[in-house]
Amino acid sequence: MLDTTLPDFLASDAQAAERDAVGPGPVPLTLDVNNVSHSLFIEPKTTLAEALRDSLDLTGTKVGCDRGACSACTVWLDGKPIAACMMLAIDVGSRKITTIEGLAHGDELHPVQSAFIAHDAVQCGFCTPGLVMSCAALLESNPTLTIDDIKAATSGHLCRCGTHPHVHDAMLDASRIRKT
Amino acid sequence: MTSADTRSQKYPVGIDSVSMAEIERRVPAGEAPPLPPNAQLAVIGKSIPRINGRAKVTGAAPFTVDVKLPGMLYARLLRSPLPHARVMSIDIGAAERHPGVRAIHVINDVVGRAVETTGQNTPAGTSGRRVLYVGDPIAAVAAVTPEAAQAAVDLIKVDYQPLAFVVDLEDARKPDAPRVFTHPVHGESFAGGNPAGAALPQQGNVLGPNKSGSRGDAAAGFADADVVVEHEFRTQVQTHCCLEPHGLVADWRKDGLTVHMSTQFTAGIRAELAAAFGLPLSRVRVIVDAMGGGFGSKSSAGNYARAAVTLSRQANAPVRLVLDRHEEQIDSGNRPATVQRLRVGARRNGTLTAIAIDTYGTSGVGLGAGIGNFAQAIYDCANFELLQSDVFINAGPGCAMRAPGNVPGAFALEQTIDELAEKLGMDPLTLRERIDLSAVRREERRIGAARFGWNRRRAPGSDSGPIKRGLGMAQSLWGANVRTNSACEVRIFRDGSVEVLSSVQDIGTGIGTVLAQVVAEELGLRPEDITVRIGDTEYPAGPPSYGSLTTASITPPARNAAYQVLRKLIEIVAPSIAAAAGNLVARAGRISTADNSRSIGFREAAAQLPTDQIGVVASRSDDYAGFARKMGDMASAQNALGGVQFAEVAVDTETGIVRVERVVAVQDCGRPMNPLQIESQVQGGILQGISYALFEERILDRHTGHMLNANLEQYKILRSRETPAIEVHLLENYQGMSATDAYGIAEPSNIATAPAIANAVYNAIGVRLRQLPMSPAAVLAALGRIPQRSGPT
Repeated sequence: MLDTTLPDFLASDAQAAERDAVGPGPVPLTLDVNNVSHSLFIEPKTTLAEALRDSLDLTGTKVGCDRGACSACTVWLDGKPIAACMMLAIDVGSRKITTIEGLAHGDELHPVQSAFIAHDAVQCGFCTPGLVMSCAALLESNPTLTIDDIKAATSGHLCRCGTHPHVHDAMLDASRIRKT
Repeated sequence: MTSADTRSQKYPVGIDSVSMAEIERRVPAGEAPPLPPNAQLAVIGKSIPRINGRAKVTGAAPFTVDVKLPGMLYARLLRSPLPHARVMSIDIGAAERHPGVRAIHVINDVVGRAVETTGQNTPAGTSGRRVLYVGDPIAAVAAVTPEAAQAAVDLIKVDYQPLAFVVDLEDARKPDAPRVFTHPVHGESFAGGNPAGAALPQQGNVLGPNKSGSRGDAAAGFADADVVVEHEFRTQVQTHCCLEPHGLVADWRKDGLTVHMSTQFTAGIRAELAAAFGLPLSRVRVIVDAMGGGFGSKSSAGNYARAAVTLSRQANAPVRLVLDRHEEQIDSGNRPATVQRLRVGARRNGTLTAIAIDTYGTSGVGLGAGIGNFAQAIYDCANFELLQSDVFINAGPGCAMRAPGNVPGAFALEQTIDELAEKLGMDPLTLRERIDLSAVRREERRIGAARFGWNRRRAPGSDSGPIKRGLGMAQSLWGANVRTNSACEVRIFRDGSVEVLSSVQDIGTGIGTVLAQVVAEELGLRPEDITVRIGDTEYPAGPPSYGSLTTASITPPARNAAYQVLRKLIEIVAPSIAAAAGNLVARAGRISTADNSRSIGFREAAAQLPTDQIGVVASRSDDYAGFARKMGDMASAQNALGGVQFAEVAVDTETGIVRVERVVAVQDCGRPMNPLQIESQVQGGILQGISYALFEERILDRHTGHMLNANLEQYKILRSRETPAIEVHLLENYQGMSATDAYGIAEPSNIATAPAIANAVYNAIGVRLRQLPMSPAAVLAALGRIPQRSGPT
């Protein structure tokens, strides 16, 4: 499920005013992505999705609509799935970003990734990284899944090829394996 | 073919576990020997995980949108904000002066739509071109950043003279409607359905009727009928919504053009761009690795690719042009809307005496809003009358979308057949037993009815509460298409490694995995031993990924190439193990005599090669018993593809919400090559069918011509919550027609879903919905709880 809480900076008017003073030209900022700290010099209007794809060459994060409607760009913000196209990179602050490139441990795939391969929960693959990130977050937070849990967690994801049935199979299998 | 070039072979034919037999075929001498049924094979017919699965789940798979070349520029298009206007002048001065701008191209020649014989375009650089829809491309800019390109696009000054326009299908048919085209038009049937061709009458915005496909005497047939059913059906415009947008990186160099493009047909794009830019085929290279969905809309280069290539030539740098989601919705193709009036006559015993269909539809400024060959071919009926017309409106051109024509055609006919069954007092399955001559679909109905529990079906509207359940079914028909201009190379290297190479592209169907299976089976290796190189026109030209023809076209040459290169290897190594070459086979990683008494490992055998590698290129031979039709590179096999689907729905009569709870699909595709991947495609076909039936609809504002839901939140598409339980059952239908005997699955799986749901909705509520989508409003209107709305645009 996508985190719909407002970014922290909106909570404080004083911080917001300070933010207004930045840009439009590039500004320095630090992003913690997949446990590596990156120093960037980018325009404040840059979305997190753009920063990941264009500045850090982490192109596994896909942009399908750039409006938060398809969830292809799902990454984790402190372990919670968010739409990277709907957040400015500058608003990430010190929070940790995990992208699809950071999900596996070296050559060892995350159980959700392995289950997606085994159940062919992949067709064209464009929505897949985002779906995997939502599904992996679900499995981390709730190891005993029902089909309704899976449908709810992936309800924001558009998959035009129609991999949903195999995604459901993969997740039930991953959940079963985790329990045993 | 002389008898010297051919030999006779016995092939397994029939439906596995139902009725298997053998048939003798004469086949070309270079063909691999007959392949036994899947149960006797090691790799083909097994659910091998897709070879690029790991790359796709880790984000490593490179899509076109991920391609970055050194010095790459970014392009944006200027599109018409008006639905119909004459461009009086274009001033690009300010745009040229904008920092970072490297090239500007004013688009004068447009493709992918109906073309007026005279009067549409004016010479380059001057005013006068008419733009015909909101989103019609006018100019393109390449700059060092996407922002600079967009800023420059915004600085282009266009003086438009607005013209009267029409975007409503019914309005456009009126004699006094504004004309989209003022001169006679011609062009290809871009949307895939009929009508096409020349010399059709054209009155106002109506082109047609095209009467081709008619047979017999419909009037006489209706005179013979005991029962006649007649109704009008309406289907909406559906957009493709590929998740990866249309896009490319064009790199024009002195020595040739290289294009990275999200496309369904690398070899076709090469031919199209070579012709458009006057380049030899040998100087154009088209590449696609991972490809984010096409569904028919990424089959040709279109205006956007031509613009990107032109900008690259002008700027002397690579140019990236990727459409945004709004552009995707308004100008990357769509499935045309149709209005179909069907009349079907039958005798009391169900025998069909006549079918008459009068249909019109709109492909916007394109052609081909017809209903395919579904009604024409699926049932036994001597008298068939078909009138098809295109109606032009000021909207983006349609193009082929998964089973073009047959999807709207089946929605109308399969409901009409059910209505006829009810009038005759027959079960829908019983009537189809009488009128459907296909032995394959007969078996599919039998299996499907048993698995689905068809005997649970009750009289329409049986449930007493507000939520009513219903069961329905419908059938599919699609041509078993083949492109004979399909080639493949298999190479064996001296270290024992193996490559299969073809320009065929994997758009998500998993054809690369299937090629690895085919070559591995033939060489006695494992799929992971085969290096698959596809999606690049540097390799032998393969087929497109459309028309459900990819597997049928490229797996036979892959197997034949593997067979022939293996024979070369065997000739070389036979003396070393003192065996006759004709007595050696490849299996389990070894080359051995039939009785296994003498053998050599595949790698040790390859080490005897006199050169680093040997290879054979093979191309698709004709089906062994001949094709039903062949035109140029394209052919249709003798037996069409079938499929039967059953749907169970729950209709909330208070909210109008239709929920599809379960679908059972029984499909055939000749020899299934990889059942798991086929199941994926069938599930996708069903889910797109549900989405088409219940949710999707392009909505145009008749006052401005703009699409009101040109995004992915208001253009509704099925997602996980609306996904029902789906059961897929595959027939193994052997016909002894090629080296693999495999045919396609993508389109047949998308045809029966919407009518099966419509028939189930009728069974639930006792009222027919003859218009798509079956939205809550449409259901409530059908139930008489709210007023009927007007037709779709």
